[in-house]
Amino acid sequence: MKKMKLVMVGNGMAGVRTLEELLKTAPGLYDITVFGAEPHPNYNRILLSPVLAGEQTLDEIVLHPLSWYEQHGITLHLGKTVTQVDRMRRRVMAEDGTTADYDRLLIATGSTPFIPPVPGKTLEGVIAYRDIADTNAMIEAAARFRHAVVIGGGLLGLEAANGLMLRGMQVTVVHLTGTLMERQLDTVAGDLLRQSLADRGLRFMLGAQTQALLPGDTGRVRAVQLKTSAGDIVEVPADLVVMAAGIRPNTALAESAGLLCNRGIVVTDTLQTVTDPRVYAVGECAAHRGIAYGLVAPLFEQGQVCATHLAQSGIGRYLGSSVSTKLKVTGIDLFSAGNFTGGPGTEVIVMSDPIAGVYKKLVIQDDRLVGACLYGDTVDGGWYFKLLREGRNIADIRDTLMFGEQAA
Amino acid sequence: MSMRETKSTCPYCGVGCGVVIEHDGAQITGVRGDPDHPANFGRLCTKGTNLHLTATPVVLQHQRLREPQKREARGMTPSALTWDEANREIADKLLAIRAAHGPDAIGIYISGQLLTEDYHAFNKLARAVIGTPHIDSNSRLCMSSAVVGYKQALGADAPPCSYEDIEAADCVLVSGANPAWAHPILFRRLEAARAAKPGHKLIVIDPRRTETAELADLHLQIRPGTDVALCHGLLHAIIWQGWTNDAFIARSTDGFAALKVLVRDWTPARAAEVCGVKEADLWLAAEWFATSPASLSLYCQGLNQSSSGTAKNTALINLHLATGQIGRAGAAPFSLTGQPNAMGGRESGGMATLLPGHRDPGDAQDWAEMAALWGVSDLPNRRGHTAVEMFEAAARGEIKALWIACTNPAQSMPDQATVRAALERCELVILQEAFAHTATARYADYLLPAATWGEKDGTVTNSERRISRVRAAIPPTGEARADWRIVRDIAALIDAGLSRAPRLAADSAEALWLEHREATRGRDLDITGLSWITLDTEGPQQWPYVAGPTARLYTDGRFATADGRARFITRPFQPTAEATSPELPFALTTGRLRDQWHGMSRSGSVPRLFAHEGRPVVRLHPDDATHLHLADGQLVRVRSRRGDVVLPLKLDGNVAPTGADIAMHWGDEFIGAQLGINAVTQGAFCADSKQPELKFSAVAIEPVDLPWRLSACAWVAAGEGPALRERLRALMPRFGYAHCLPEPGRPNHGEKVGWVFEAACAAAPAPALVDELVASLGLNTPAVLRYADVQRGRLRLLALDSGNPQTAPLRALLRVGPHDEGAWLVDLWRERTAAATLGRGLLSPDAPSTNGAALASPQVCNCFDVREDVIRLTLARCSGTPAERLTQLQSEKRCGTQCGSCLPALRRLVATTPEEVPA
Repeated sequence: MKKMKLVMVGNGMAGVRTLEELLKTAPGLYDITVFGAEPHPNYNRILLSPVLAGEQTLDEIVLHPLSWYEQHGITLHLGKTVTQVDRMRRRVMAEDGTTADYDRLLIATGSTPFIPPVPGKTLEGVIAYRDIADTNAMIEAAARFRHAVVIGGGLLGLEAANGLMLRGMQVTVVHLTGTLMERQLDTVAGDLLRQSLADRGLRFMLGAQTQALLPGDTGRVRAVQLKTSAGDIVEVPADLVVMAAGIRPNTALAESAGLLCNRGIVVTDTLQTVTDPRVYAVGECAAHRGIAYGLVAPLFEQGQVCATHLAQSGIGRYLGSSVSTKLKVTGIDLFSAGNFTGGPGTEVIVMSDPIAGVYKKLVIQDDRLVGACLYGDTVDGGWYFKLLREGRNIADIRDTLMFGEQAA
Repeated sequence: MSMRETKSTCPYCGVGCGVVIEHDGAQITGVRGDPDHPANFGRLCTKGTNLHLTATPVVLQHQRLREPQKREARGMTPSALTWDEANREIADKLLAIRAAHGPDAIGIYISGQLLTEDYHAFNKLARAVIGTPHIDSNSRLCMSSAVVGYKQALGADAPPCSYEDIEAADCVLVSGANPAWAHPILFRRLEAARAAKPGHKLIVIDPRRTETAELADLHLQIRPGTDVALCHGLLHAIIWQGWTNDAFIARSTDGFAALKVLVRDWTPARAAEVCGVKEADLWLAAEWFATSPASLSLYCQGLNQSSSGTAKNTALINLHLATGQIGRAGAAPFSLTGQPNAMGGRESGGMATLLPGHRDPGDAQDWAEMAALWGVSDLPNRRGHTAVEMFEAAARGEIKALWIACTNPAQSMPDQATVRAALERCELVILQEAFAHTATARYADYLLPAATWGEKDGTVTNSERRISRVRAAIPPTGEARADWRIVRDIAALIDAGLSRAPRLAADSAEALWLEHREATRGRDLDITGLSWITLDTEGPQQWPYVAGPTARLYTDGRFATADGRARFITRPFQPTAEATSPELPFALTTGRLRDQWHGMSRSGSVPRLFAHEGRPVVRLHPDDATHLHLADGQLVRVRSRRGDVVLPLKLDGNVAPTGADIAMHWGDEFIGAQLGINAVTQGAFCADSKQPELKFSAVAIEPVDLPWRLSACAWVAAGEGPALRERLRALMPRFGYAHCLPEPGRPNHGEKVGWVFEAACAAAPAPALVDELVASLGLNTPAVLRYADVQRGRLRLLALDSGNPQTAPLRALLRVGPHDEGAWLVDLWRERTAAATLGRGLLSPDAPSTNGAALASPQVCNCFDVREDVIRLTLARCSGTPAERLTQLQSEKRCGTQCGSCLPALRRLVATTPEEVPA
């Protein structure tokens, strides 16, 4: 019997994990072709921050070397961006004209950085923080320049800022709201984090809006013009501006192929696009039940489910994920998961020890742990995340819950 | 200023120890026992040793009443006014009440802690100036049964012996007294006497197994209130065995035949059954008492505070008369006085049933003598209302004005519901006090600041009839004045208002004393041979003093009755005023703590004195607790027919089954939201002495459901302590149960003082209330360690001392939660352990298991801060006889080598801590 053809667009962590799962259960089912826009094999994007911080090297973060693709008979097109999907002919085409036919198509195009529409965003020295190229650009800039501004005080922005600081730059983080990482931390933990990073030397402009990126004489960015929370217009010197103001699902290809997109490629619980059951989507580009996940754990879970369907043994259903976050800044322990802000119907247990720099918040609903936000002491993060995902009734251990698995 | 020393007398119990006050003329800096004083020869008990701490700058500034104050309306905060304004307004109001309702509408309630001169001034104020017979003293709660007992049996209110008779006695019978705690210096003398005299016998009659009882050769643990039956049974045994002294009976007594008829029915078997003791023990006690060469009895509130208090006194005196154990060295019935100058009050007649010089206001001749002496013809010629009667009359609206001095009836009187109703109903309540925050102070319309110990001049008389000088070392704090002077100034205004010459004109303590002395002329207590100069130059003297002091009375077999014969008093055994029943099954008795005094207005200002038994509890026998399914530490309601009090339960095998015991000290100054221990006690009193039965109440003990607990503790600079205490105390009424106690300081705590507020309520306390506590403790800062589960009512807040957080102990804490959850933190706070050592377990609901063992062992020796765990550890290494092991312990840790108050406890620890022989 002739093998079916599987084409995967995107060579990132979510997609390759899907292949890995598929190869485990149905090794010979497909002829597989992979298109990757970057010239690298699959690497651990999450570890770009340690690379930027000088704690790891690029070699160390490669997940699947070229030999792995060979070993599994995968046709790999590196540095080729797919620009077209012909769903009638079941064929994809890259910008260099390379084509591949498919019986099943897996779209794993990930996300693209959101670049705020500010004047000067295309100046030299203004970059996003997404891939190895960006990382290298930052490492080079750090060697030559003094001042950096990171726009966005989220997970990625803070990791970039920390890395640049460790490489000797004076870094200012500009953040739109008053709390760092407000999607992962409550205000208390956010303040602790800011204090801790400020103690290390980072500067912060919170509640500040970027007005413009100002050019210098050479055409390279010179400064960032901001409107502070007080309404003042100020300039912060910047030889390097890193845009870390969020990511957007990369749906351009899917949209051009006529697949329904709504803040991501809309997929079902089997990770098939709602438009075309031959086409699957996983990872940051996919929108499952309205959510496009940006963290790795859910993407792996999606890949696992998707693989079972590609293997034609699929009875798995992806029902959404609980997510947990850790900041990869050495010496800062931070963990959050689930609904850590609380709200109506929830109950909150808080513990703080400002002397030890520890803050913990657990959110409980109907005797179940639904959220956790830990700062300074994340030893029990894994346990909480397990309780949270399992939905275990914690009424019996509630009074010792805060003190960890040892105490329970 | 240079250091000086002033000799004075301790203001606590009736032992009347001499003290040497060390001071610089402005500030008292220390105190030590007066080696020349014949009561104590230099020794002091824990309370006395710490006396100077009741006069620290912080106490003077924050706990003393410092200026005259007036309350515009009840419940309002009082505001200051001048002495002239206060005196004028008070005199005008008293005159108005007197004019509208007669002098009988005014009552004066004073104290056995006043000096004789103050008593004299008050007595004149009441009887000669205002014209009311209603003057009584808190001695009514204390010694009046002893007074009437002596008078009925011996003809005069005079303890017939001296402290040296303790050393002279071969057999000592302690009945209804716990001198180990209440009269520690006498107990030291008793211990020394026993040690020096092989074969010495000590019999203790007490429903509780007290530390005194522990030392006894024979403890008769009688049912509460059965003392008369026991004495009748003892007398029966004495007569049966022929141990009576028939010659003495024939020569010196009257009434034995009638008594023999009565006690014929009181066979030892029957008495033993009624009293709940072994018959053989009763026989043995009778033998020891009757056949010892010299037998001394020591007795106190266990006999006095009873509805048959006088009969209990006379039944015991009967034993002395029947055996001739009186009028000889070491042989006497010796009433131990409770207060430092109850004796002086009796001598000066500052009570409703007395006139000066042991006179009787109802006796025409006595009255005429006093009227002549004072030159006043309109002296009331009848007895006035005694303490309980006075407050009942006020509650009925008959007494419109109460002038209260140097006592705290809203804590100490029985049946508090009636007392509070009386104080509320009175049109005018004047409180003359040294301390600002007593329970009674809240009811006062006028607060007059009185001088107190260390600031006053005058005399007191102790249990052995010894008159000692009290001397001022420093001037009164703030605007405080001597009690007699306050009285004299208002009396002068009243006399002026009545357009007559001042009837109380004395202008010094000495002048008042001379007036008092004159009233003793020709009386049993005649001191006309004694002068102020003699007291000053030759030291304390025993009355009567005509030609010289008198150590022992009735040595010639002649008594103070008209015919010179002592009287056997024939009184049948009467049960207590109320009986236990299935509904109220426990016999509640009240007692004293070793290191506290009365309502604690003075002793409660010294945190150290809370180290020994420093927490309010009700004690119950463990078997009873088991039957009721009650656990140690649980909150229970102690309920009588009159009221109730909620307290933590303490299981104590020293309490007899079906008995219960609460220390008398706890009022609403320390336990909130209730009327204190005396909400439960009764006003029923002895018909003869009018002394209420504080020692017996039938009560039920019931669990209360107040599962939510709150502990709030903070160490603060000494000067901030009073303000913190007031903030915390103000919150007490908002809980079902609350207490607010000073934390006994430990040496390494520096100048800090700690306060512990612990409360219980039915449900998690309201957030607003918790917020108030948080603010009170200074825990509303970002640097606070915090665990909060708001929906479930759990909150734990900790603040560390400033400095290195790795070594800093807890400064303050607040914990809210059910039962003991988080309560271990209080011990951590108390112990001043470096909090960081507990790491992430610090905010845990339970003590981390690695810790906890070393926390909170009770303090035994207060002088040297030695705790029970240390003592036990040390004893484990001590070998030899108990006495040798005690000596080793003392040479090592010094415990019990200063005041000795803890010696009974040390002996018990020696007996119960075996030497650990190395394996």
